[in-house]
Amino acid sequence: MLKAAVMALLIAIVIGTGPTPVFAQAEQSSPEAGPVETAPGGAGLEQQTPDPALRSVDDVELYQPVQDQLIGRVSIPDAKLATLVQPEGRTWRAFRTEGLFWGSIAVLGVTLAALTGFFLYRGRIRIASGRSGRWIPRFSFWERFAHWTASLSFIALALSGLVVTFGRWVLIPLIGHDAFTATSEVAKYVHNFIGTPFVLALFFMLAVWVKDNIPSRADLDWLRNAGGMLKGASYHPETERFNGGQKGIFWSVVLGGLVMAVTGYLMLVPFAVTGVGGMQVMHVVHSVLAVILIAIIFAHIYIGTVGMEGAFDAMGRGEVDENWAREHHRGWYEQKRPARPYRAPPDAPPSAHGVGAE
Amino acid sequence: MARMKFLCDSERCIECNACVTACKNEHEVPWGINRRRVVTLEDGQPGERSVSMACMHCTEPPCAAVCPVDCFYQTDDGIVLHSKDLCIGCGYCFYACPFGAPQYPQASNFGGRGKMDKCTYCAGGPEEDNSVVEYQKYGTNRIAEGKLPLCAEMCSTRSLMAGDGDMIAAIYKERVVRRGYGSGAWGWSVAYRTDQRDTFEPDRAIGG
Repeated sequence: MLKAAVMALLIAIVIGTGPTPVFAQAEQSSPEAGPVETAPGGAGLEQQTPDPALRSVDDVELYQPVQDQLIGRVSIPDAKLATLVQPEGRTWRAFRTEGLFWGSIAVLGVTLAALTGFFLYRGRIRIASGRSGRWIPRFSFWERFAHWTASLSFIALALSGLVVTFGRWVLIPLIGHDAFTATSEVAKYVHNFIGTPFVLALFFMLAVWVKDNIPSRADLDWLRNAGGMLKGASYHPETERFNGGQKGIFWSVVLGGLVMAVTGYLMLVPFAVTGVGGMQVMHVVHSVLAVILIAIIFAHIYIGTVGMEGAFDAMGRGEVDENWAREHHRGWYEQKRPARPYRAPPDAPPSAHGVGAE
Repeated sequence: MARMKFLCDSERCIECNACVTACKNEHEVPWGINRRRVVTLEDGQPGERSVSMACMHCTEPPCAAVCPVDCFYQTDDGIVLHSKDLCIGCGYCFYACPFGAPQYPQASNFGGRGKMDKCTYCAGGPEEDNSVVEYQKYGTNRIAEGKLPLCAEMCSTRSLMAGDGDMIAAIYKERVVRRGYGSGAWGWSVAYRTDQRDTFEPDRAIGG
């Protein structure tokens, strides 16, 4: 307000017109600017004296640029409505309608392209020495329970989140407004309620696997050799129970998941701890991190299924082929070997261990 | 065709809250929902101003741009309305709205929100004009009866004006020139100005 008044005064002085009567026309007898009168009463009262710059209705400024949040006082209980104007909403709007959309397409597209390219380059990574037919226990029932609870709830959360976030541009043209509202309402409830099993599974996974996921020197070797992925099957870096990549998945899921949980729960109770600006920030953090986690999980799913022979058995049946263990987790395999005898192949003569345990 | 807008002349607003009360009464607005409110800036300080604020029915509505289910539409008069049948109560429009216009009933557990409610410019919703269903969801439809929004119609100091944007702007400008001062039309730069790069980009599609 003050800035606008001062600017108008300066412009009036520069173009050589002084204080003029209301509605006077442009032909003005005195070309000299009159003395600038200071409002009686000092700062804050300028606008209550006639503005010498005003000559006609054309000079009245309707559009006053609003630079910052304007917060006043309201006499209703909803204190957040004391914010008169929050221009930050337009930044969030741009993120929601443009930035997140194209950013997600870029991140997920690059990830899928990279995985496809890797598959074409490397193909399915086989067990170099073939299946031995002997199985080594790798994940207990409870470890698999934690993993599959987390993964199924993650997929539910990711799909429902994607529906609500991008369905407007992808699904509405396909199924129409009414059907999409029904879909997204389901997606909203799925997202709200499946969050809790996911978070519980996160803590479960943290409890059972944190001891195996402490970063170590072997991880550096694994990273330097890109996990042996690029060199063919000739060299596999020696790893412990989990290699550097698996540790990376573990920590990004656990830490990223916890940030998702915090921002997600705070968005479930809107305005409980923060105002509208904080809600916008939480939405941005939640959605950017979600896209990153989905991209990471794409890679995780790839290498656990089509990307590598024998890998799915670890989480699927809880035990892995001995040759797979020797090739991919030699350190763990050496530790494990004396501890338990391996189950014999199904066609081998029955022994004391394991036949029919499937 | 008129382009309907609100304009609050803050030099005239005396914070009587009659617009708020009239709105609540006219539309039977539920407890806890404020389609219109009066905000006092610099309360008790020199330069104190009160501004009556509701949905400004923006030219390029941010609520419509961010809505996941595309439930907003704009009438030929520029009035921004929405369908409560499509709304899922996600709360996005409140994050995007510069004026805090969208309101939500506390409908269910865990912060679950009901259908969004906001100022309709007394123009109802997508249902048949002045039907019972329309009244229950959106309140009365005065526009269909050829009347202007009640808040502005009953403003005792004629501070709050509703009507064709050019017309109310002309009235406001004449007032400013006559009295020699004015603090601008609150929210107009954010709601209606589209010729600046830093204001809203045109939305790709506003449904309806």
